Amino acid sequence: MNDPILEMRGVSKSFFGIKALRTVDLTVYAGEIHALMGENGAGKSTLMKILSGAYRPDPGGEIRIEGKPARIEGPLGGRAAGISIIYQELSLAPNLSVAENIYLGRELSRSGLLARGAMREGVGPILERLGADFLPSTLVAHLSMGQRQLVEIARALHARSKILIMDEPTTALSAGESDRLFALIRQLRAEGLAIIYISHRMDEVYALGDRVTVLRDGRLVGSLDKQDIRADAIVRMMVGRDVSSFYKKDHDPEAGKGHPVLSAFDMADGLRVKGCSLTVHAGEVVGLAGLIGAGRTELAHLIIGAAPRISGRLELEGQPIDIRTPGEALEAGIAYLTEDRKALGLFLDMSCLDNINLAVLGRDAKFGCFLDRDKARERADRAFTGLSIRAANVGVPAGGLSGGNQQKVLLSRLLAIAPKVLILDEPTRGVDVGAKSEIYSIIDNLAKAGTAILVISSDLPEIIGICDRVIVMRSGHVAGEVRRTETAPLTQEDIMALATGTEHLDA
Amino acid sequence: MPDNGSTQAKAATANGLAAAQETKRQRIRLLIRAAGMLPVLLLLCAGFHYLSDGRFFTGQNLGIVLQQAAVNTVLAAGMTFVILTGGIDLSVGSILAASAMAGLTISKLPELDALWLPVAVLTGLGFGVINGALIALLRLPPFIVTLGSLTAVRGLARLLGADTTVFNPSIPYAFIGNGSLTLVPGVASIPWLSVIALLVILVSWLVLRRTVLGVHIYAVGGNESAARLAGIKVWAVVIFVYGVSGLLAGLGGAMQAARLYAANGLQLGQSYELDAITAVILGGTSFVGGIGSIWGTLVGALIIAVLSNGLILTGVSDIWQYVIKGLVIIGAVALDRYRLQGSART
Repeated sequence: MNDPILEMRGVSKSFFGIKALRTVDLTVYAGEIHALMGENGAGKSTLMKILSGAYRPDPGGEIRIEGKPARIEGPLGGRAAGISIIYQELSLAPNLSVAENIYLGRELSRSGLLARGAMREGVGPILERLGADFLPSTLVAHLSMGQRQLVEIARALHARSKILIMDEPTTALSAGESDRLFALIRQLRAEGLAIIYISHRMDEVYALGDRVTVLRDGRLVGSLDKQDIRADAIVRMMVGRDVSSFYKKDHDPEAGKGHPVLSAFDMADGLRVKGCSLTVHAGEVVGLAGLIGAGRTELAHLIIGAAPRISGRLELEGQPIDIRTPGEALEAGIAYLTEDRKALGLFLDMSCLDNINLAVLGRDAKFGCFLDRDKARERADRAFTGLSIRAANVGVPAGGLSGGNQQKVLLSRLLAIAPKVLILDEPTRGVDVGAKSEIYSIIDNLAKAGTAILVISSDLPEIIGICDRVIVMRSGHVAGEVRRTETAPLTQEDIMALATGTEHLDA
Repeated sequence: MPDNGSTQAKAATANGLAAAQETKRQRIRLLIRAAGMLPVLLLLCAGFHYLSDGRFFTGQNLGIVLQQAAVNTVLAAGMTFVILTGGIDLSVGSILAASAMAGLTISKLPELDALWLPVAVLTGLGFGVINGALIALLRLPPFIVTLGSLTAVRGLARLLGADTTVFNPSIPYAFIGNGSLTLVPGVASIPWLSVIALLVILVSWLVLRRTVLGVHIYAVGGNESAARLAGIKVWAVVIFVYGVSGLLAGLGGAMQAARLYAANGLQLGQSYELDAITAVILGGTSFVGGIGSIWGTLVGALIIAVLSNGLILTGVSDIWQYVIKGLVIIGAVALDRYRLQGSART
């Protein structure tokens, strides 16, 4: 192989005496896609921030770019050294045009005036090279998430970066957009860029990675070459133990299947949900699959009364019930785990204890209004041990926890009301592998205890791994249902066919 | 690699040093967040004592400071509830004036004069609930709604007294304005105004920290959408906090009326909202909501009172007092930013 474009030797970083990164060696070559994996908190973002110049590494290590020692300092240091980072949360200004975003901070001007025309012409060739289907003058606000990612990549290319770091780039993309992104990444590799690809998703790493490097607890555990990349090997490296059965499904849907717990009929909001009906039985885990934008989250919001519905009715354990607010849903025993735990779920500044107890404060209160602090403390402690939430103590703000632990805190809040129906919207998004398998086993245990569970997920292996049957949505309608039978397991193909509307073409 | 070991050892020492520095910095930051502005208050007191040749720490002067801080403390307590939800109440000065006017008007009626106190407080509550209802039910921005009521209620206050000053030298319960509660006869007493202010702070603490409603207030301020999804009746919380702010502004109006035996709809309570907001922000309550404590607000209100009192004691001109107080407001917001930076860990 050619000479390495990036070499890190013995790079460390500590915060407040805690080592976030311990003497990491990383070598990346031009023209390779180097996947970087690790649980949350393993040190991936720290490594990335050192390469971007946001953090300064501890003294003692060395970073070489194209063989020359490099000092990466300040927010623009990474870009100056030829490194561009595309973050999970994109960093574009939606109120500006594509061209203005690409030139942001380096605007062209002609005698002091902004040279919009020249900027548009300047980005034209790059957009063309990337196969963009929008104009340089388009406002970023009008672009889809996939198109915005393209703008980010164009910005990196425009800055003549040689190393492109992508942090979970497909999180917000639909399947089609992801495929286009993969093709583009391969094209960039062919053009000689080095791509460091950070992801939690095994299938992406399979599809793209030329090499996989795994971090754990701030240490580099090892690297695998393409021919050695296997899921069990990577998982073992990430968690440091054998995860024999990743998805846990011990509950028996037939045994507990008696009565329907939640039935929704003809739910519609006049926008994204156009008349959907579904039923979930006790002790059953039902998947709700579909492409992004199919209306799954919107349907869940209709069921719990978080959005106004124009038609539809609900039955809970056979009795009609009218739910107008999320509060009424909780009272009825229908709990909903949001897909966006930071924006819609947790109170990041509040303690884990308050976050866990929030839904039952009123029920526990003394004289109807005073907090029962002993009971709250007990409940939080029980949640911490029961769901193995890892944090210094129950009093720390939820915002300081890792994604997986935050998710478990949020889940404990819902479990505190002992729900009859649990609707989980992307329960493992942004959650590390270890916590993922823990969440799966929590779901499994709840189903065993008779809870009716509806799981919305874009992660098809996850849906297949934990669900008994899968309801598939397509553009606001229930497109169909896929069942697990003795002879035929659930398959991604069947679900995707329903989700994309190709099932009739096959027939 | 013969010298690998020593290099590593060196790196380790350097790391250790850096780590120690980081820990120290974090400890200082934590200390600042916990103690808040209390050290600033103590420093100000000591400074003014020195600059005024020992006239600050006298029983008489401290009594004056406490009395001067009382009404603002009460308003700022209400403002704390509002700002904790991420809102703002600009109308408290006007509500205070209208409540005082309503109270004084009732106090001149021969049969009903004893009712003036509840009338004043309830007048404030009424205006506060109207504010809250407009914000919660019509989803109007708090700044706009209370900016409107700042003007409208001021007009109503003038209307109540036909735009004159209303006097009542024989107003019932006048002792709350000018009397003192004797703690040790002949040695220590505390003005009733300050007793009321402290009680308000204590009750506020109880509500904010020991009740379900308190947690809901913090939750609404921390993340309104999440609060709604978690089943909290956000509208009820919002009406409650503006109601409390109005009620306490009404109480403040009663305190002023009892102290002055008079009220003027135009002049009373002018720009009190600014002092109240300043006290809350000085106390470390975040302007975006969700973070803060009522004890901080008490310290903030005391800082403002000490500043006013100390500047007068040291003979600083009225004009410069404005400049200095204004700079304190800006400094407080800068501190707010610093605090938020320290806690922004997501």
